Amino acid sequence: MQMNEPLSNYNLPDGEGHYGPYGGVFVAETLMHALEDLRKNYHTLRQDKAFMEEFSSELKNYVGRPSPIYYAKRLSEEIGGAQIWLKREDLNHTGAHKINNTMGQALLARHMGKTRIIAETGAGQHGVASATVAARYGMDCVVYMGSEDIKRQATNVYRMKLLGAKVVPVESGSRTLKDALNEAMRDWVTNVSDTFYIIGTVAGPHPYPMMVRDFNSVVGEEIKKQMPEQIGRHPDAIVACVGGGSNAMGVFYPYIENQDVELIGVEAGGSGIETGKHAATLCAGRPGVLHGNRTYLIQDSNGQIVETHSISAGLDYPGVGPEHSWLKDNGRAEYVSVTDQEALDAFHKLTRVEGIIPALETAHAIAHAIKIAPSHQKNKVILVNLSGRGDKDMDTVAKVSGIKL
Amino acid sequence: MSRIAKTFHSLKISNKKALIPFFTAGDPSPDLTVSIMHSLVKAGADIIELGVPFSDPMADGPVIQRSSERALAKKTDLRMVLNFVEEFRSTDMTTPVVLMGYANPIEAIGYTDFANLCKHAGVDGVLVVDYPPEEGGELNIQLKKQAVDSIYLLAPTSTTKRMKEVAKTAGGYVYYVSLKGVTGATNLDIESVAKRIPEIKKEIDLPVGVGFGIRDTKTAKSVAGVSDAVVIGSRIVEEIESSPKDKIEENLYLLVSDIRKAIDEPS
Ligand SMILES: Cc1ncc(COP(=O)(O)O)c(C=O)c1O
Repeated sequence: MQMNEPLSNYNLPDGEGHYGPYGGVFVAETLMHALEDLRKNYHTLRQDKAFMEEFSSELKNYVGRPSPIYYAKRLSEEIGGAQIWLKREDLNHTGAHKINNTMGQALLARHMGKTRIIAETGAGQHGVASATVAARYGMDCVVYMGSEDIKRQATNVYRMKLLGAKVVPVESGSRTLKDALNEAMRDWVTNVSDTFYIIGTVAGPHPYPMMVRDFNSVVGEEIKKQMPEQIGRHPDAIVACVGGGSNAMGVFYPYIENQDVELIGVEAGGSGIETGKHAATLCAGRPGVLHGNRTYLIQDSNGQIVETHSISAGLDYPGVGPEHSWLKDNGRAEYVSVTDQEALDAFHKLTRVEGIIPALETAHAIAHAIKIAPSHQKNKVILVNLSGRGDKDMDTVAKVSGIKL
Repeated sequence: MSRIAKTFHSLKISNKKALIPFFTAGDPSPDLTVSIMHSLVKAGADIIELGVPFSDPMADGPVIQRSSERALAKKTDLRMVLNFVEEFRSTDMTTPVVLMGYANPIEAIGYTDFANLCKHAGVDGVLVVDYPPEEGGELNIQLKKQAVDSIYLLAPTSTTKRMKEVAKTAGGYVYYVSLKGVTGATNLDIESVAKRIPEIKKEIDLPVGVGFGIRDTKTAKSVAGVSDAVVIGSRIVEEIESSPKDKIEENLYLLVSDIRKAIDEPS
């Protein structure tokens, strides 16, 4: 596909999981068979009416979908300029969009006869969502988590344990999300016959980026119905934070064909891109191969993956979903970054003005909306995907404010 | 004939199996890599697999992960590894060297330049863990131009269809991963290995080496009994890790020559 080819018949990935030059299956031979098996099963179940109905019913009755959209009137008026609307994924069971995907993958695991679930987690949100669905379906669950993140996210670690999951600290590499993903892959090759690996974002080898996108697309599909009901048309821009990119892909994907809707992904600028302490992969990285796919990466000149930094553990990842890399290159989506401080300011602002405490990840998207709203007229509509709630971030926010809980 | 083909050819004539030790270049420090290579040859290595350190070695167990971390802490990069091979070649023109590593450091150099550098340094084969044949095509073309073999892995789960796929592009030898898991695991099942090798041979006209999980002389000997080559990685790396710096070469010599003896013994 060329840059200027119409996106109205966007139909990616190709059969081997490629999005332009990105994506694919870059794994050791030891995993090829498992991925092919997964691909076949997903392909079949995707077209299976009973399966899709079961998924929808779980989303409705267990997750609490559809989530509402909400006009943040006070925030919009205080900022001035465009209207800011929020898609309330924070109201989902477990408090974030992550559950949409874990629910889908857990159902798939069940259909494939797998009895054991493994997952990687950074902030712990995906770990909690995986432990939750494992409890829901009576499956064993092991969550890999970098030992650094375990320190940063003690409450979520405890939640996972309450839910019956085993949390395994990962001591290799930078001891964060990327290393947890490596370790989960290692577990998977070793226990492939009874184990299903639930990846938490639109990364990893094909079919994961596609599958996670599809399961999260329910969010964008809902917006596509809800916005016209509320304002008689689609929003002018959709803004979402991008760690691996699953919440963003879920809202972007159904809108790719609507070319007059701007799609804006917001990455973690950390202490500022110029300081080198950030996780803004698309803004500051370059393409390479990691975790089973080709995509933009934060790496040094020798191709070693570099440690990232963000105040939000969920955005602290040196890669990004391959489809985002493609949407960046072909210009359909725009990617920007906001700093830790800007995200914190937005966190406090939304909390005080709207009574909604967002996740620190989500606060990045809010911060960007606050930044661009003033340069637009009041009839412009910016929809922010409020990917999760901030309960998990109380310790972090208190700590940077110098408060001991 | 390539150095790898020559090596297997003369082993066959003398009715012997290849011994292929693996260690990570730059571990424990870059100044030791070339002399470790030479001492492995002295101890009876036929081919050397030289690991290229990577920050995210997804297919490796803790032992090789740690070796990668030690090498990276000493700032070992792919260009340095190529220089080690060049230096090794200045005194050893016969022992094949295979680079084993992950895709991204190669992507950072670029396929054409990397293939040229391999040729120039005297690298004989390249095994990129995360380039299955489907994704390794471009690199393959460049390596082929420089007469460097692309070495591929096969697994217990590889289907006949995948073997045929590998057969199309593989050179040198194929590397059969003897178990489900990562490097350093210990659950090698010799009977299933013995059963798989003829199936691979039926599809691929290359020597078959077996690795992952070979930790002692006994296993090495039984694997040699059913394959063309024995690859030993984690056990070697453990020896490097646990030896004082000035004893590494001596200890490796003892370890590898013992294995050499075991696999050469008539059973
Ligand atoms: C609330 C929330 N939003 C966003 C993210 C980032 O992930 P992704 O980019 O895959 O949506 C996370 C990850 O933990 C999260 O918890």
